[in-house]
Amino acid sequence: MPTIVTRIPKRQEIPLAGRRQVGDALRELGITPETVIVIKGNRLLTRDVWLEEDDVVEVRPVISGGGA
Amino acid sequence: MKCTRCRGEAWVEVRRHNAAYCDGCFVRYFHDQVARAIRGHQMFGHSQRVLVAVSGGKDSLALWDALIELGYQADGLYVDLGIGEYSGTSKTLTQQFAAARNQTLHIVDLDQRYGVTIPLIADQTRRAPCSGCGLAKRYLFNRYAAEHGYDVLATGHNLDDEAATLLGNLMTWQTSYLARQHPVLEAEEAGLVRKVKPLYRLTEHDTASYAVIRGLEYVVEECPNAVGARSIAFKEALNLLEQRSPGAKQTFLLGFLEKGREAFSADDPHQLRPCSECGQPTTTERCAFCRLISETHQPSRPRRGRRPRKARRPADAPASAPDAVATIGAEAEEPAPSKAAPTT
Repeated sequence: MPTIVTRIPKRQEIPLAGRRQVGDALRELGITPETVIVIKGNRLLTRDVWLEEDDVVEVRPVISGGGA
Repeated sequence: MKCTRCRGEAWVEVRRHNAAYCDGCFVRYFHDQVARAIRGHQMFGHSQRVLVAVSGGKDSLALWDALIELGYQADGLYVDLGIGEYSGTSKTLTQQFAAARNQTLHIVDLDQRYGVTIPLIADQTRRAPCSGCGLAKRYLFNRYAAEHGYDVLATGHNLDDEAATLLGNLMTWQTSYLARQHPVLEAEEAGLVRKVKPLYRLTEHDTASYAVIRGLEYVVEECPNAVGARSIAFKEALNLLEQRSPGAKQTFLLGFLEKGREAFSADDPHQLRPCSECGQPTTTERCAFCRLISETHQPSRPRRGRRPRKARRPADAPASAPDAVATIGAEAEEPAPSKAAPTT
């Protein structure tokens, strides 16, 4: 099954029930697509890409904050 | 999804432009947007010296990388804020970036120069960490640029930063801040250097995508002090709107710049004068930075039940002393006559 890895706020490995598109996976996890990038190896995935059985992808937040 | 330009496989979707790009075309798109911002607001030219405020995060490193690629004379300035492991990692990554590209990086160490760190300032003054951090950085970036003869100071503020700031200022009707929100803040004779934001047309999603495609190693972890920051709540709210209506953030910001800002232009009267302690421009007798340093070393309101921590200010380093700097990739420069930012 495809696996989603997050590093923030903590490292987590989230297995998905089966193959699905990136956009659907994010929706299931309650993640707004504009707030993350999805990385497989050294390339970025758009929301229409299918995650296959053995895929491991990183979902990395892009929002930074603070008063500076 | 196919690349809008070359029909290759897309890596990044830019929904607000109804477009998608492969890796190579996305880099060209990113550079085009930066160049358009620079040209459109006449931010600087190729003969001018640009100082880039770098933090080790995706935005400032993406900006520095793009300016180098576009052929500008861009040096970096990193301020070590003393935020534990976060500052250590971000400084190392910034140094590695500069070294790999043979670029000049200046470093100002807040602890070495002023005997304070952001956590100490927050602890002693009971200000929110982001407040003290922002104040210190604005002061130090401006002062360094002014004293070292840079024509312009460039920061990595992006479209999300600017839209969130706009929303925050509208929520509280901070009309003087609304008057000053612009991709270019002009220099003032009193010692303010010109400040520009070449990434204001690009989102955080764009800068993160660019950083990954270009292989930039940046601090992915959020600053520990920013957790729960109000600016993040504003960004999240705007991203929900963006999800429903792609382009909402850009329309909000660019519409304000084109049609709304002018209405507040009379709300920013300020009279600058030299700070009585450091000589930097300020609207009050002593600038906010000097007051911040003093208050950190001698807190007027000791915390109940706790003894104030002894600050580590070097005996020979008044708040007005020139910055402690390390310069990588170039010889350290002698400071020019002092002039810098108001911090109030």
